[in-house]
Amino acid sequence: MTGTIMGAADISRALTRIAHEIVERNDGAADVVLMGIPTRGLPIAHRLASRIADIEPGYDAEHACGALDITMYRDDLFKNPTRTIGTTSVPDAGIDDAVVVLVDDVFHTGRTIRAALDAIRDLGRPRAVQLAALVDRGHRELPIRADFVGKNIPTARSERVDVRLEEIDGEDAVILRKGE
Amino acid sequence: MSRPIVIENASLYGDTTASLLIEDGVITKVADAIDAPDDAVVVDATGLVALPGLVDLHTHLREPGREDAETIETGSRAAARGGWTAVFAMANTNPVADTAGVVEQVWSRGREIGLVDVFPVGAVTVGLKGEHLSEMGAMANSKAKVRLFSDDGVCVYDPVIMRRALEYVKTFDGAVVQHAQDLRLTDGSQMHEGEVSAELGLAGWPAVAEESIVARDALLAEHVGSRVHVQHLSTAGSVEIIRWAKARGINVTAEATPHHLLLTDESARTYDPLFKVNPPLRTQSDVEALREAVADGTIDIIATDHAPHASEDKDCEWAAASFGMLGLETALGVIQKALVDTGALTWRDVARLMSETPARIGKVDAEHGRPLAEGEPANITLVDPTAAWTVDGAQLASRASNTPYGGMELPGRAVATLLRGVPTHLDSQLEGAFA
Amino acid sequence: MRHLLSTKDLTRDDAILILDTAAQMAATQDREVRKLPTLRGKTVVNLFFEDSTRTRISFEAAAKRLSADVINFSAKGSSVSKGESLKDTALTLQAMGADAVVVRHWASGAAYQLAHGGWLHGSVLNAGDGTHQHPTQSLLDAFTIRKHLVTDPTGNDLTGLTVAIVGDVLHSRVARSNVHLLHTLGAKVVLVAPATLVPVGVEPWPCDVVHTLDEAIETYDIDALMMLRVQRERMTGGGSAFFPSPAEYTRLFGLDGDRLRRLPDHAIVMHPGPMNRGLEISAEAADSPRSVIVEQVANGVAVRMAALYLLLAGEEGAQ
Repeated sequence: MTGTIMGAADISRALTRIAHEIVERNDGAADVVLMGIPTRGLPIAHRLASRIADIEPGYDAEHACGALDITMYRDDLFKNPTRTIGTTSVPDAGIDDAVVVLVDDVFHTGRTIRAALDAIRDLGRPRAVQLAALVDRGHRELPIRADFVGKNIPTARSERVDVRLEEIDGEDAVILRKGE
Repeated sequence: MSRPIVIENASLYGDTTASLLIEDGVITKVADAIDAPDDAVVVDATGLVALPGLVDLHTHLREPGREDAETIETGSRAAARGGWTAVFAMANTNPVADTAGVVEQVWSRGREIGLVDVFPVGAVTVGLKGEHLSEMGAMANSKAKVRLFSDDGVCVYDPVIMRRALEYVKTFDGAVVQHAQDLRLTDGSQMHEGEVSAELGLAGWPAVAEESIVARDALLAEHVGSRVHVQHLSTAGSVEIIRWAKARGINVTAEATPHHLLLTDESARTYDPLFKVNPPLRTQSDVEALREAVADGTIDIIATDHAPHASEDKDCEWAAASFGMLGLETALGVIQKALVDTGALTWRDVARLMSETPARIGKVDAEHGRPLAEGEPANITLVDPTAAWTVDGAQLASRASNTPYGGMELPGRAVATLLRGVPTHLDSQLEGAFA
Repeated sequence: MRHLLSTKDLTRDDAILILDTAAQMAATQDREVRKLPTLRGKTVVNLFFEDSTRTRISFEAAAKRLSADVINFSAKGSSVSKGESLKDTALTLQAMGADAVVVRHWASGAAYQLAHGGWLHGSVLNAGDGTHQHPTQSLLDAFTIRKHLVTDPTGNDLTGLTVAIVGDVLHSRVARSNVHLLHTLGAKVVLVAPATLVPVGVEPWPCDVVHTLDEAIETYDIDALMMLRVQRERMTGGGSAFFPSPAEYTRLFGLDGDRLRRLPDHAIVMHPGPMNRGLEISAEAADSPRSVIVEQVANGVAVRMAALYLLLAGEEGAQ
């Protein structure tokens, strides 16, 4: 089955649910830092933060978000054309003893998250690291699992999952495409 | 005695078609058609240009001293393949050719090999050091009969020494052959000083370093009434000075090399020391001035400055590399490409520039650079102007391979060279006729 | 990017990419753990035919912070006393499996020859060749200028800025690299030197040339003043000297407190090091708040990390 798997309303509902789950799992959101993995993990992290702030009025959405560029930690750097390095930013308070929630759009092989865990280690020592993804498409290559998932989408390896977001692409949608 | 040779339907000097009969090393008949004697070798020379055997006034054979780069034997073979029947071997060997002993040894070795007449050039100063005149008289009176003297590789820099040399060679009707290079202005110089050197960060070699010596020596030759030959002219300014000196009646002759007539300083952008040469490759406008001067007679001769170097002296940093490039086997092709095919020269002019005039300057014109006529020595070069070939340093006869023309296609080449009637080089297409 | 040999080869986009990457690298250097795993398993050889401890340790730090293995290879020899040939050295490095060779050489063109000689498969990074080029030095200079004088540095060039380069241009690979790079990045470049220290053939260079520092300060609104190192021996070689005396050089071309005060307030003072205090730059100028000389050193590591990353991280670097 290909085509649009999630529309704007589906995505919105999924993120709202994930925000609730994050708050519930961590007994509140006081120590939660959301680290978005560029490119599309970033806006998702910001959306989650503002939803958490809706749930927990004291939550400072502005200062609880960061960006985690994992380019320099990838294990496939030498198999692809040179990648441009993105920005990594950490909330002013740092991540020591915080609960870091890694946020990505599509959870697939687990290699990106492996790289993100290495990157996090160089930035500080969080109390816990959790993973939120809008889509889990399966085909894990490493023993890593997500804590919060918007939607599980069974896919063939050859298929592609495109997440489109208002902030970047001008619309919200998750589209499953046939591979070549 | 060797078999007679009939060269049929050659284009003499590229303009008249005739056949030549060669017997006992002499051209015995020139006619439209020749009835070949029974035992004669008959060469079909249709489409080939016959020139008097070429004479290179500027060759480095490296023996004695650097037999790893070239020997008289390998250099002779390269010369024969390039169409040369005589070469003048420069004195910057080790030991330097500054005594009768060394020049006689070089001369005899050349005769022994017999592929080309090797005429040694004697050093002007002892050890090329520019301090004391060498015993030029002894060299002149040796069996090598040296008439040209040069410290080539270095300039006779001291004006007093130069004056004395110019005066002294009059004793035996010799000439001083000058490598014009102001040593102070070129201390550490690596390439032509201009826009390319500025960008590449290679120490510049100003044109004036050559021109000032050319001017000085022309004036000195005038003053003492002697004869000076200026080697490898490389700049438009030098051309103008020679033109001026000749107009003034000064007894000066000048040469240009094939590489200075084809290549420019742009080639240094490769940092490939194959393009490192003394004097350096200059700009396109210098090349054009040199071509014009060759065409109008301001420059008297073309000489190769064939300078073999062992690979370790070229396969290194530009600044550490030796100056010089091979030239004997590529000269004809380069001259055809740069000057004949462009219409600047006829083959008749090539005969003058690469055979007749150099023989006269070198005082060997009783034997070399003779007309293609009955009764003349059979020193003949047959050129195939349509035999295009691609230069490959490894395929050249020289022991060294430092050609700057590697990979370049040249339009023609010598296909046969006869020295006193004896073939010293035969292209594969002609070998059969002599079998 | 396969090699980094000359700033003349760099397009504006290439240069901006290197500077932007360097900015990201610089950001990682404030962390507690400054080492990145990026080039793990890669071997970088620092091949130095000419002593330069400063440049070598800068490249060494850059490579190590990216987790590359670093081999320092000091090959002695000069044009006078030839040591091991460039070719043999290159073949040795190839046999050792060098992924990148950082080469400093006394001969102009040596880096180009290493890259194009067919002896090596790895990338070649020119760390200064003779009087030709020193691309990473000029990249760190551009990085420093951009950081100080461009409001929103990322993605932007140096359009509108004027950079004066003062001193021995003739023998300077730093000047040659900077003229091309700064021009490519949109800056106006002014060379300030006595005519003896400007190369014949400078005309096509994209820059102005003036012959005293005072004239440069009066004529141009200088945003960055780059003082080149002057070698004393070039002034004391008797008849071959390029200048009458060190004292006269200082009077005409030295940056002192007075000249510093006549620069625009925002102007920065740069020097590639090592400085000759009292000759081309006074202590007052070198130590003033407008001097960014120490910062240049730190930026050098970030720029070299960026260059190594861009040369080695792609699939081309994987061969």
